Amino acid sequence: MSEALLTTGAGVVAPAPGGRLFWRRLRAQRAVTAAAAVFVLLVLVALAAPLLTALEGQDPNAFHPTLVDSASGGVPIGPFGGISGEHWLGVEPQTGRDLFARIVYGARVSLGVAFVATLIQVALGVALGLFAALGGRWADQIVSRVTDVAAALPMLVITLGLLAVAPASIPRPVLITLIIAGLGWFGTSKIVRAGALSLKTLDHVSAARLSGWGTWAIARRELLPALAAPVITYAVLLVPTNVVAEAALSFLGVGIKPPTPSWGQMLTDANTWYQAAPTYLLLPAGLLFITVLSLTVIGEGVRTALDPRAASRLRVGTRKGLKSRKPLRQSPRKSLKEKAS
Amino acid sequence: MTGFTGFLLRRIAGAVFVLLALSVIVYAVFYVAPGNVAQIVCGERCSPQQVALVHDKLRLGDPLYLQYGHFVQGIFAGRDFSSGTGMVHCSTPCLGQSYRTDEQVTDLILGKLPVTGSLVVGAFVLWLLIGVGTGVLSAWKRGGMTERLLTWLTLAGTSTPVFVIGLLLIIILCSTLQWLPFPQYVPFTDNPQQWFWGLLLPWFSLALIESAKYARLTRSSMLETLAEDHVRTFRAYGLTERAVVGRHALRGAVAPVIALSALDAGTMFGSAVLTETLFGIPGIGQQLVQSVRTVDLPVVVGVVLTTGFFVVLANAVADVLYAMADRRVVLS
Repeated sequence: MSEALLTTGAGVVAPAPGGRLFWRRLRAQRAVTAAAAVFVLLVLVALAAPLLTALEGQDPNAFHPTLVDSASGGVPIGPFGGISGEHWLGVEPQTGRDLFARIVYGARVSLGVAFVATLIQVALGVALGLFAALGGRWADQIVSRVTDVAAALPMLVITLGLLAVAPASIPRPVLITLIIAGLGWFGTSKIVRAGALSLKTLDHVSAARLSGWGTWAIARRELLPALAAPVITYAVLLVPTNVVAEAALSFLGVGIKPPTPSWGQMLTDANTWYQAAPTYLLLPAGLLFITVLSLTVIGEGVRTALDPRAASRLRVGTRKGLKSRKPLRQSPRKSLKEKAS
Repeated sequence: MTGFTGFLLRRIAGAVFVLLALSVIVYAVFYVAPGNVAQIVCGERCSPQQVALVHDKLRLGDPLYLQYGHFVQGIFAGRDFSSGTGMVHCSTPCLGQSYRTDEQVTDLILGKLPVTGSLVVGAFVLWLLIGVGTGVLSAWKRGGMTERLLTWLTLAGTSTPVFVIGLLLIIILCSTLQWLPFPQYVPFTDNPQQWFWGLLLPWFSLALIESAKYARLTRSSMLETLAEDHVRTFRAYGLTERAVVGRHALRGAVAPVIALSALDAGTMFGSAVLTETLFGIPGIGQQLVQSVRTVDLPVVVGVVLTTGFFVVLANAVADVLYAMADRRVVLS
């Protein structure tokens, strides 16, 4: 429901800038470039996880009981959580598993789950949104009622409930991905439905229909290109939401189960270890923050770049700069006073 | 006013429909899907005879619609359960009986509600104050350094999961600086002072995250209102910027904020689970996590329905408040 309030312009499909202009407008925002660089680095780390751990010479699941002090309950031996040439970020308390290896493999899980879930969400949302808009009255009724009911549900609570009854035979990351995806397509379908309904009335769509195009051809050639901008904008912001969702479930102990590492799950244990081994807490916490922040900045950047009204703010593709906003800044009385003195 | 009454009635009917749909879905998913409920309840090591006994006790042999009917009957009229020795009456609204402890789910949830309620209400007050304050400030100081700083702060706020900021706050404030006691829940009726200090950190953690959303919403809503004609008229009258922003523009901008806050307050009864788990607050969310781990289905269903009830209620309240705060809203 909150999205419905926040994205007020969801139903209005305005012409968005095409490919090259979009990239120029995206690059014009310095914060976005920086965030994208950070994010690409994170993805590379995740993809190269086996390579990086081979380089370090450690395994994410190997126990090293000699590296933790069993007398104190398993505090890593050595400075900063046992950082050394062999263990680049130290070791996990209690088990002595290599932290660097677990962090980079955790990146795979956190980012992988979020990406795949987003892809499924968008695919489902676009398909069902188009189905609602083009499939006739009944299709629209069914999809719209489902989205209405879904909007009124406590999703986190339902996810927890589903995890209680899900068969244990499904691999945990797959299960988490499917549940996050299955409960998160409603926003996209709403945007697509509203957009498609307003596009349907336009002349070029009517023309296509009159020249005998089928529904599928109209959807693909006339509707989807115009819907790409709002869907992409929304989808990019879904990724950080999904990262947090996976981390939250794993943090609660019902998401990714050990020995598979995930950042959220590492935080569960870190809760009891922050005094003895602060790095064990700060690494996953910091990485989660950086990942979500960079993705959010990119998402906002994409939104701005695709927003036809933002042209003046970006000073790309227009000659006017920030001037139009300035007069708002001073109050009339102040300027009168200034004139008088 | 007939338009408004009609709108209200339609809204209530809609809410009831959603709740019914929710109960069917929840019932279907949680009782039908997992296969052999009796085996789950009884445990892995039960003999077939024991499983059969549980099967009879829970009346799992009945057709599904009848089982669902009993469940709904329990909510509206109460029902009886067979225990080892005799019948136990479960009075309205009966959500069933825990598989693990035989405790009645309704009592269990009612016992946890004040805990989660304390958390949500305190955080709610804080996040509205912080969020709206920040939003107004950044709309007022637009174009300057203050706004840029606030924009980045709110962006950081929306990007931080509550369990991350909560952990950091515990470490900094409780452990390193020792300014605050470690969070714990003490019932208000036992000791109001300890209740307050024990919940202060959970309130702040929750509020800092939530307020970021409100700051952004307030800011954009304020900027929209500030660009409207009537605000220009106020300026032309020679009102100070403070009066224009703080009194007149804020009034116009506040409608979406009220609506969203009603919604979030309802949703928070469920989403507070993260904060509860982190700070060890024995609320409804923590109960849910525990029941999920032990596959205690009646409790899971009860919690899902209760939190769903709050969300649906909040949705309806939000719509009504929105219509009342902004007269231009078309009632449909």
